[in-house]
Amino acid sequence: MKPSLFIGLLMAASLFAGTFAHAETIFLSTQLRPIEEATAVRNVILKDLQAPVEYVVEEPPQFAVRMEAERQAGKHTISLVGALHGELSPIAAKDGFVPLDDLAKELQAKGMPKALLDLGKLGTDKQQYIPWMQATYVMAANKQALQYLPEGADINKLTYDQLIEWGRKMQAETGQPRIGFPAGPKGLMARYFQGYFYPSFTGGVVRPFKSQDAAKGWESFKQLWAVVNPNSTNYNFMQEPLLADEIWVAWDHIARLKEAIASQPDQYVIFPAPAGPKGRGYMPVVAGLAIPQGAPDEAGAKTVIEHLTKPETQILTAQNVGFFPTVDAKLPSDVEPGIAMLAAGVDATQQAPDAVISLLPVGLGDRGGEFNKVYMDTFQRIVIRGEPVADVLNQQASNLSKLMGEAGAPCWAPDATSQGPCPVE
Amino acid sequence: MPNNKSWIPYLLIAPSVIFLALLFLLPLVQTIWLAVSEGGVPSLANLQTMAGDLNFRLAIRNTFLLTLAVVPIQILIALAMGSMVAKVGAGRETILWIWTIPLGISDLAAGLLWLSILQNSGYLNSLLFNLGVIERQANWLSYQTPIALFFAIAVAEIWRGTAIVMVIIVAGLNQVPKEFREAAEVFGAGRWTRFLRITLPLIKPALQSALILRTVLAFEVFAVVYALGGSNMPVLVGEAYTWQNQNQNYGVAAAYAVLIMVISLAATLVYLKAVKVDPERLP
Repeated sequence: MKPSLFIGLLMAASLFAGTFAHAETIFLSTQLRPIEEATAVRNVILKDLQAPVEYVVEEPPQFAVRMEAERQAGKHTISLVGALHGELSPIAAKDGFVPLDDLAKELQAKGMPKALLDLGKLGTDKQQYIPWMQATYVMAANKQALQYLPEGADINKLTYDQLIEWGRKMQAETGQPRIGFPAGPKGLMARYFQGYFYPSFTGGVVRPFKSQDAAKGWESFKQLWAVVNPNSTNYNFMQEPLLADEIWVAWDHIARLKEAIASQPDQYVIFPAPAGPKGRGYMPVVAGLAIPQGAPDEAGAKTVIEHLTKPETQILTAQNVGFFPTVDAKLPSDVEPGIAMLAAGVDATQQAPDAVISLLPVGLGDRGGEFNKVYMDTFQRIVIRGEPVADVLNQQASNLSKLMGEAGAPCWAPDATSQGPCPVE
Repeated sequence: MPNNKSWIPYLLIAPSVIFLALLFLLPLVQTIWLAVSEGGVPSLANLQTMAGDLNFRLAIRNTFLLTLAVVPIQILIALAMGSMVAKVGAGRETILWIWTIPLGISDLAAGLLWLSILQNSGYLNSLLFNLGVIERQANWLSYQTPIALFFAIAVAEIWRGTAIVMVIIVAGLNQVPKEFREAAEVFGAGRWTRFLRITLPLIKPALQSALILRTVLAFEVFAVVYALGGSNMPVLVGEAYTWQNQNQNYGVAAAYAVLIMVISLAATLVYLKAVKVDPERLP
């Protein structure tokens, strides 16, 4: 009697453990990693989902390694991944995702913009990921700075010349440089050069790297830098110097401005980055949801995607973590004022008539870090160390050209498409 | 009988040797291979990328300057502290305890602590402002003030790393027999002579250990520099970190790691030769 009871218990336990392990859909994400955000995902955003899902997070470099390891081993534990466009593209290049065309069709019928869905094809003819949430970079200004705006300048249609003028005036009147950039070791300054500076001054990112336009742009950036707070090379998240009142005008990712804006919405304004001779460069940040080939629970993963792309879940996401909807979802009028301001800033950026969209780098595989380094080294040498513009651009262009060749990355918008690796002209 | 048990020392020592071999020697060999190979074939490409990089010379210069500035000052301060505390009777333990507090703080925490003092809205600026010395926040840690930044990092490093030197030197001073000094005193030697002719030679082994330890650690300086200067003051370990994490080129990061190891080994050899220790005084 006793042994059979024991065996029965053991069997029941193992059965239970078995079903339990299989019932969980594992959702791995490189986004919403900080503990408060991950908790919001688990306790708020995924709360109304009936199916059990386990939300786990991983830093982007480890994410790439883990996905590759699971692919090589053929032993899959992850059913759903959430990551940035550029993080998903190396995996899609190796045919690592289940095509999601049916889901995409459904979502398009429900009002997800086609342009956004097309990003999710990553240059293939299949839907590789479903756009999950989006963000971008904007500028934030303390209201104290507005009195120094140059005459006739509209903050929503600012140009680089006006920004320089504004900075000079603030420095002259307050005795301190009041503009800041996140050029610290963990800041996103490289994205500024790739998505804002280069498109605005040259209309491209890689092709016109050492063009006349680029040289002129760098000359003008040097003038701007003269009125930028020199502590910028220490700034990583612009919300910190903004809150400390060290600077008044800043450019950064909305998630890295959120804390300042949300805590003192009356103190700040949000507006699009300035325009250069070729338009107003801007870089959307799109996070997508994808199902790895061989996922243990494909059906469960699809349920989670359907849940996350519902308008009401997308609104919850915007309210809780400050990433904005990819579907047609109006934020309610009682949304936190800081979030509403950021949403309006994103809108103004996207709707600007002179907007030049610049996508995140694609197809660089594991060379993304070195791609950023080319832009940051150029900045370091021209602006910080004052080396001659033409020489630096020539030398860095050859580095860039070598890198693009080795990675075999074709051009992405706003550069004209290329056969083979994107050339530096 | 004793011969039968000759394997016992080896058995006892085996776990630590295996442990070190697995967790130190193996990664060491892998790192060296990573540094001098590219795609599985021997290549100097990583070393060339490292040597041709924008920050390479700066990182070497800064690391050496910092070591040259910090280590001698730390040794002098530690010697002074050790000699002073030797004369103290009651309360000696308490004083030593207070002096060694920085030892218990991680280097990143030490960096952040000094950051809170030296950043724009930090304590130093507040103090200077309240005293009327400055009219507005001054920058101490920006790329435009490299000397102030260097000075700040050196001060933070000295504050953080002197305690370990002092502990070693105090241990060395405790070993000096009182009779020697008393004898010298009888023969009329002054304080200075006693220190130079008796104390210093007798604490050479401790001095040597302290120098090796501190210099190797100084070549590995990172967290304090990173907290205070970010990328404004490149140092060797910082560059290795950047290549590993930001640029994600593990080969070049490994090349930096190997370079740091070679420099540390060379420094150790120099100390072993330069600070000669009487063999009879070796343990």
